[in-house]
Amino acid sequence: MMKHLIDPLDLTAEEVNEFLDLADKIMEEPSKYRHICDGRKLATLFYEPSTRTRLSFEAAMLNLGGSVLGFSSGTDSSAAKGESVADTIRVVSNFADICAIRHPKEGAPLVAALHSEIPVINAGDGGHQHPTQTLTDLMTIRSLKKRINGLTVGICGDLKFGRTTHSLIKSLARYTGVKFVLISPQELRVPDYIFESLQAKSIAFKQVERLDEVMPELDVLYMTRVQRERFFNEEDYIRLKDSYILDAKKMELAKEDMIVLHPLPRVNEIAVEVDHDPRACYFKQVKYGMYVRMALIMKLLGLEESEC
Amino acid sequence: MLNVDSLTRGIVIDHIKAGSCMALYKYLELDKLDCSVAIIKNAKSNRMGKKDIIKIDGMLDLDLDVLGFLDCNITVNIIDNGKIIEKKNLVLPDTIRNVVSCKNPRCITSIEQGIDQVFKLADPKTHLYRCLYCEQKYNPKK
Ligand SMILES: [Zn+2]
Repeated sequence: MMKHLIDPLDLTAEEVNEFLDLADKIMEEPSKYRHICDGRKLATLFYEPSTRTRLSFEAAMLNLGGSVLGFSSGTDSSAAKGESVADTIRVVSNFADICAIRHPKEGAPLVAALHSEIPVINAGDGGHQHPTQTLTDLMTIRSLKKRINGLTVGICGDLKFGRTTHSLIKSLARYTGVKFVLISPQELRVPDYIFESLQAKSIAFKQVERLDEVMPELDVLYMTRVQRERFFNEEDYIRLKDSYILDAKKMELAKEDMIVLHPLPRVNEIAVEVDHDPRACYFKQVKYGMYVRMALIMKLLGLEESEC
Repeated sequence: MLNVDSLTRGIVIDHIKAGSCMALYKYLELDKLDCSVAIIKNAKSNRMGKKDIIKIDGMLDLDLDVLGFLDCNITVNIIDNGKIIEKKNLVLPDTIRNVVSCKNPRCITSIEQGIDQVFKLADPKTHLYRCLYCEQKYNPKK
């Protein structure tokens, strides 16, 4: 059966670890993998611009010796002429060996996968899923903390609408002894089904409104943005807005070996002064993302390490 | 008035919520059948006050899975030689195809041509279905 990656939870915990193990190996000795994709092509079908993600995929394929083709926005693609996702992927299947698709509509990568002759990677579908981001997050945590089990992970920001944080929570919940500290305004707490699934699995978590209260407990702090328009009223916005901005003062409260992650792009939720702190790892995360994508391309193309 | 006895071979769909038999007629695509179909509206029911009934004459094999999705109070009797030979237990189907549409404006189904509307059973306890593509909830009870 053809393998695709559409939803991060399509992968079992073991499969995730296999990806991360391979990504680790590639990172240790990239030169060994320099020609494994010689003669193969990755199509990047980006119906909406996301330069960072697209470049990460393209760099990953180029590092494996393959080549890339594709489009980088909906306006310069066949979509602008009204071609369906299903038809586009049928055509692209003739040109490329694997594809990464980003689309503003939720579920578009699944539609592609259902009609594709080649493996499809979801590179983000609206606010729905972003599995390579989730794998990148796991890889970053595992690489920098040397483990995932037993960590106390703070996730801060808009936890209601930010569905990529939901995938991260669900993925981390499969490890043993992970404790969650969910930091958000009341109105932007995780949806009930996440809350209930954590309760059902007896996973330790707490929900708080202010980041500074919990800083000392955290091994990992995952920052996301809270948009002003998500607040229900101006009063709460003014009362809480600074609670969700990470600055040097809040960093003073944190453990010396805590790590700060962010899916990027950052707007103002992490003050620039934090960038110099050795615990700020959001730019390192980008590098891990590329290695994860290299591992993913290899696995989905069915390329074994022995072929290097 | 018709009753079960009048049917020697066929299907009786009973205890339909009053007023919804035409919707079922449409979902089951009964208009495409050649056999005779009786629709009884607002029949008296001890249990429900009023109910609708559909009787399909001469037909035993029909895909009725969708009924479990639409209304799990419905009962289905298969009649042969004038006797009930089977009382079907309706179950919630795992997949519903082209019965309801996704209401999420951000869903790919809102723009993609020729795509099936597919919902998957997510939680049998709460009868919760989710869109295959975007995971938007659909709860037939609400
Ligand atoms: Zn949908």
